[in-house]
Amino acid sequence: MSATTEMTDYMGFQGLLTDEEKMVRATARKFVNDEVLPIIDGYAQSETFPSHLVKPMADLGFLGPNLPEKYGCAGLSNVAYGLLMYELERGDSGIRSFASVQGSLVMYPIYAYGSDAQKEYWLPRMARGEAIGCFGLTEPDFGSNPAGMRTSAVREKGGKWKINGSKMWITNGSIADVAVVWAKTGEGVRGFLVEKGTPGFTAPQMKGKWSLRASVTSELLFDDVVVDEEKSLLPNVKGLKGPLGCLTQARYGIAWGALGAADACYQTALEYALNRIQFDRPIASFQLQQRKLAEMVTEITKGQLLVLQLGRMKDQGKYTFAQVSMAKMNNVNVALETARVARTILGANGIMGEYPIMRHSANMESVYTYEGTHDMHLLIIGQEVTGISAFRAG
Amino acid sequence: MGELNLVVLVKPVPDPSCYDRIEIDPATGALLRQGMPAVLNPADKHALEEALVLKERFGGRVAMVSMAPDSASETLMEGLAMGADEACILSDRAFAGSDSLATSRVLAAGIRKIGPFDLVLAGNESADGGTAHVPSQVGELLGVAHLANVIRMEVGPGGSVTARTRIENGYIEVRGSLPMVVGVRREINTPRYTSLMGVMAAQGKPIRVWRSEDLGVNAAEAGMEGSGMRPGKLSRPDYRRKGEILKGSHEETVRRIVAILRAEGVLG
Repeated sequence: MSATTEMTDYMGFQGLLTDEEKMVRATARKFVNDEVLPIIDGYAQSETFPSHLVKPMADLGFLGPNLPEKYGCAGLSNVAYGLLMYELERGDSGIRSFASVQGSLVMYPIYAYGSDAQKEYWLPRMARGEAIGCFGLTEPDFGSNPAGMRTSAVREKGGKWKINGSKMWITNGSIADVAVVWAKTGEGVRGFLVEKGTPGFTAPQMKGKWSLRASVTSELLFDDVVVDEEKSLLPNVKGLKGPLGCLTQARYGIAWGALGAADACYQTALEYALNRIQFDRPIASFQLQQRKLAEMVTEITKGQLLVLQLGRMKDQGKYTFAQVSMAKMNNVNVALETARVARTILGANGIMGEYPIMRHSANMESVYTYEGTHDMHLLIIGQEVTGISAFRAG
Repeated sequence: MGELNLVVLVKPVPDPSCYDRIEIDPATGALLRQGMPAVLNPADKHALEEALVLKERFGGRVAMVSMAPDSASETLMEGLAMGADEACILSDRAFAGSDSLATSRVLAAGIRKIGPFDLVLAGNESADGGTAHVPSQVGELLGVAHLANVIRMEVGPGGSVTARTRIENGYIEVRGSLPMVVGVRREINTPRYTSLMGVMAAQGKPIRVWRSEDLGVNAAEAGMEGSGMRPGKLSRPDYRRKGEILKGSHEETVRRIVAILRAEGVLG
């Protein structure tokens, strides 16, 4: 298992980082080496989320790390946040997914769209890991096209709303204390905070996954769920731009995180190739294997420079969601291909839990699809460069 | 007793995970540190952890003191991120080549310059030099009690100190009182992780750099001139494995293996 002190750095990437960014990465790397790598295979094999890591991750500031200090968060730059995601996903996509959902998909919308009272109630609790959140947008029949969602919220008398419908593929759903739920209303799509235990709200876990096995994935079911407007409705956003704004934040983190998984696979494959002797030589000496390694490190290096530039632009407030799509699409694809090719270098050993490759490879099949499928990101970029939407009528 | 003024002696050392990359200058016998990532000496992080726990209990300040080049600030940031309040780098070309006693003179001068102290903590030894001289020498130079090899330590409200020091086959329990210099072993605690909040807070904490003239250390007390000890010959151990494939019948190869092991002194 790859527990090195150094990330793959072929092009002086670390020389482009500030001291603060280097320290954030070192902190996350140590945590992953000490706390995640020794246990993650067992949790993935048993399809269990390592919930004992939530508190230490919170103590280290990994939850909502780029939100302001006044809510108990670290106030990181976007590049530092990306480096954190890189290291967490080097451990496992399930761990990174937990942090992404908590920070980018739940704390972020509360911060960006919530009332002061909602922010003050939820954000410090969530930063401390005392409350876990999930994000409900995708439905059984509406994935890439969220505008078709059927979940509805109807305004009731006495400052109440009634929610009906269902959500699917929801990370953290069954362990969440609060769900950010997007529902159609008479005034467009609105966001609601629905607390665990609210009558009519259930979150059954989806078992039997072959991917993201160390992460909880759930359905969210709403059967005449009545919530209080003041506590529940996110007042400061209307329309799909609310959830899509959250997804841009999460996709940005995934673009970094996927490279962490790729890095773990590459370093494992390189080490293996240098030590595995066949025909009296390390297999790293064979041209076919060298080509694989050279292509892996090249793609990882390109991906690193892509997300670093994106992060710098994001820190300056100069970026577009289509640029985030490009980074997510490219880097997840790099990670998926790297994991698959790394598996071939390890031969039969590549399928064993002793090595991280098959776990990352299986995880990347989900990451390739969630938070905007690879194909949808292609179409978003296509729309940006041609001015023509291939997926929206008219 | 009020708040504690705590000093932690720290040293940047080559990252132990990169020891396979260490090179030695054949002319001077010195370690070639350029290009080697530096980390806080692992034992010093335990000393810092002990200081931070005492600060949390009694209040006060934790200052790190390091005799190191100016560039050590990057390594010392880790200690500031863990929770130290400030760092003082004692940096001067005149300090280069200091042996452990000359180093201790410089460190003692740095501690005096910070001001009154209650407790100085240090890792018992560094991962590179490994002399374990410094804590005791600093204690002597400052004229206060000192303990080495400390594996447990309690500070009472009145400044009383109860400590355990490791000895072969056991420990000694010692009682004393502040001020004191204490060299700690790694068993004493588990250093905390650096939090991201700590990383952000560290950016605004002071890092002072003091030269020989700031410290009032003259050339005869430090560096090569102030050092009675010179490093002897340093060499890299050869970790390469020799492989020899024995051919022939089982009887022949077993006899050959026994002969090789005898020749190497493994078998009598």
